[in-house]
Amino acid sequence: MTEPSFQVAAPRSTPVANPLFEYLLRLGDDRLVLGHRLSEWCGHGPILEEDIALSNMALDLIGHASSLLALAGEIEAQGRDADALAYFREAVAYRNALLVEIPNGDFAVTMVRQFLFDAYSVLLWDALSRCEHEGLAAIATKSLKEDKYHLRHSSEWVVRLGDGTEESHERAQQALDSVWRYTGELFDHDAVDDAVAAEAFIAIDHDALHSLWLTMVKDVVHRATLTLPTDPAMRRGGRRGFHTESLGHLLATMQIVARSHPGASW
Amino acid sequence: MSDSQWPLWEVFTQPNKGEPFEHAGSVHAPDGELALQNARDVYARRGEAVNLWVVPSAAIVASAPSDAGPFFDPGNDKPYRHPQFYIAPRGVRIF
Repeated sequence: MTEPSFQVAAPRSTPVANPLFEYLLRLGDDRLVLGHRLSEWCGHGPILEEDIALSNMALDLIGHASSLLALAGEIEAQGRDADALAYFREAVAYRNALLVEIPNGDFAVTMVRQFLFDAYSVLLWDALSRCEHEGLAAIATKSLKEDKYHLRHSSEWVVRLGDGTEESHERAQQALDSVWRYTGELFDHDAVDDAVAAEAFIAIDHDALHSLWLTMVKDVVHRATLTLPTDPAMRRGGRRGFHTESLGHLLATMQIVARSHPGASW
Repeated sequence: MSDSQWPLWEVFTQPNKGEPFEHAGSVHAPDGELALQNARDVYARRGEAVNLWVVPSAAIVASAPSDAGPFFDPGNDKPYRHPQFYIAPRGVRIF
């Protein structure tokens, strides 16, 4: 059976109206969607302690998303706060990478996805904590601390799953093989990145980020006795609103309460 | 042992620098590093600690309930083992 190929439109050549807003949505949506995915484990963790760990990480990520989307709303200046951006946007308006929206799968898929994202996130926050945008630098500094813990947790788990039993090794390798194709998008560089570099002094060297990330990933994959996938085919599109089917289902669950009772508070 | 769980670890938290470690509870974990992480998530996620110890529960040597008589009862009727038993001489400040 051949895998369906993703047809994604060519990158927009028109200038982005509000690049900093767009950039903050990307950062915020990555964490909101991944935080929601992790929260799906609540009550279903393999053991009580891991259930708590996953829920802790989910809350951390949703906290980061809340700060980022609040800042995005301020930059947009259209009266939308973090809740409005989280609960009243359709999937096509979401800017998260595809990596964070893929279903949880088994524990290995969740942990491998988490590790690949955490390594990226720690490096990104480290760079952004030194950027010229004060508000974003403050969020980066706070989030970096929490994500460093997430990385420690997820990387140690990947090592134990890979270098564990025959079954855990098999599942961890399958997870790595299936998730790998979504990692390329994290390091894409487009007009939004150019524009924020010019306007808001947020200049991230994506190639350098990618090579640092690869070094971290290779080290853990090696310790886990796993094999790094060599398939160069990468799936992308999330940054421009081209999502997998999974995101719509995720948002339906995440948004239903806020949409059924607009303005409710508790 | 019919227990299919991971080994049990006892968790000790230090609430502030310089204070003694206190027993907080226990976690299951396959090894020390994950025991430390689980202890952090279960007992220190709300800022309860600045330091953690985890110790394999099996490594703890404990007194048994049956030891209670010989171990602790003799202390009950020996008031002279408390400093309060002694009358401080005149001239020594009593707190």
